[in-house]
Amino acid sequence: MSHEHVSNTKRIWFVFALLSVVTTVEVILGILKPESLEFNHFVGLNLLNWIFYILTIFKAYYIVWAFMHMEGEKSSLRWSVVSPVIFLVLYLLFILLTEGHYIYGVFKDSTIKWNF
Amino acid sequence: MEATVTTANNDEKTWGGGDIQPLGASYGKMMMWFFIVSDALTFSGFLAAYGFSRFKFIETWPLADEVFTHFPFMHGVSAPMYYVALMTFILIFSSVTMVLAVDAGHQLKKTKVAVYMFLTIIGGLIFVGSQAWEWKNFIKGEYGAVETAGGGLLQFVDAQGNRVALEKFAVKLPEQREALTRSHGMWFVEDAETQPTYSVAEVQAGFKAHPELLIRTEQLTDKKKKTVLTRAESESRLSTAKYVVEGANLTRNEYGSKLFADFFFFITGFHGFHVFSGVIINIIIFFNVLLGTYEKRRSYEMVEKVGLYWHFVDLVWVFVFTVFYLV
Repeated sequence: MSHEHVSNTKRIWFVFALLSVVTTVEVILGILKPESLEFNHFVGLNLLNWIFYILTIFKAYYIVWAFMHMEGEKSSLRWSVVSPVIFLVLYLLFILLTEGHYIYGVFKDSTIKWNF
Repeated sequence: MEATVTTANNDEKTWGGGDIQPLGASYGKMMMWFFIVSDALTFSGFLAAYGFSRFKFIETWPLADEVFTHFPFMHGVSAPMYYVALMTFILIFSSVTMVLAVDAGHQLKKTKVAVYMFLTIIGGLIFVGSQAWEWKNFIKGEYGAVETAGGGLLQFVDAQGNRVALEKFAVKLPEQREALTRSHGMWFVEDAETQPTYSVAEVQAGFKAHPELLIRTEQLTDKKKKTVLTRAESESRLSTAKYVVEGANLTRNEYGSKLFADFFFFITGFHGFHVFSGVIINIIIFFNVLLGTYEKRRSYEMVEKVGLYWHFVDLVWVFVFTVFYLV
C-alpha cells in the first residue's frame, strides 16, 4: 500500500457531523413538507424531491470518498468502480421510469384496468 | 512456453495475488470493490423496479407518512419519520466506528481495533432489531381496510378525516365462520389465508350503523392527500367490497397498492439480509483481531476489506431511506 498511515480521526468525525446534519435536514423537510417546495416543479420533479435526491447523492459521495477511502485510491480504480455504476444506473432509471410513466398513461386513458 | 510460466508468484504472496497490482490495490481489496459494484447494480435494479411500479401507480401510491408512524413506547402517537431517522443515525454511527477501526488498524493498535469492531457489531445488531420491529408494525397494521372486487382499497375515516380502525365500528354478526384448519379436521379444504377478524358483511353493517363514517380511496388529490368520498358514494363503493384486509402480506395490504408492500418487504428485507451477513462477517473478523491474526501479519487489511462491505451496506440504506420514506 502506497498511501501513508497517518491517523484520519479528525476527518472521520467531520464527515460524521456532516452526514448527521444532512440527515437531520432531510428528516425535518420530510416532516414539514413545505408547500412552496412540494408544489413547485422543475423538470418533472418537485423541488422537495430534488433536494432529497441531491442530499442523497451528497451523502453517498462522502460515504464512498471518506469512509470507503476512495479518495486515497488510484484514479484507475476510482473510475473502474464508479463509472459503470453511474452510467448503468442512469440508463436503467431512464428506461424503467419512462416505461412506468407510459403504462400509467395506458391505465389512465384507455379501458385497460388490469392490475399487474 | 516461456510466456505461460508465472514468475511473479514465487515469493509466498500467492494468496495476495502476487506483486502485480494493476489498480494499485491488493487482490482482495480490488475484488471487494468489484463485488460491491455488482451488488450495487443489483440494488439499483430493485430500486429502479420500485420506481417503475411507483410511476405506474403514481396517483394511488400510499403516503409513507401515513404508513410508518410508530415509535417505541409511544402508542397511539403518530410519529412519522422519527424512528427511521433514528435507524439511519445508528447505521451511520456504526459506519463511523468501522472506519475508526480501520484507522486504528493502520497504526497496528490491536485493542483499539477490537473495541471499535465491537461497537460496529452492536450498532449492526441494533439496526437489524429495529428493522424487525418496523416489519412487525407493518405486518400487523393499525386500521384495517377493505378491498373491492376491482382490486381498489377503501379505508375508513370520520368526518374530520382521521382514520378509523375496523374494530371501532364493525359489528359482530352471528354468521361469522371460523377458518377451516387442520385442527378442525379440514386438511383437504384448508383456507389459503387466515380469516380476518371481521367479515365483509360485518364491516358493511357497522358502516351502516355509523352515519358519520366516510370512505377514503387510494386516489391522490392535487394536494397530495387521499380522496374522501361523500356518504352516498361511500355506501355504493363499500357494497362492492370483497375482502377485509388487516395489516400486510405479499398478497394484499391495508396501506394501498399491493406492490408497495411487496417492494417494501423485498428491498428492506434484502438490505436487512446484507446487514445481517455484515454483522456475521464482522464477528468473524473481530475474533481474528482478538486472536492476534492480523497482529502477526503486521497488516490489518482484512479489517479494511470488511469495512468496505459495511460502508456499502450503509450506502444502500441512504438510498432506501430516500426512496421509501422521503420521496
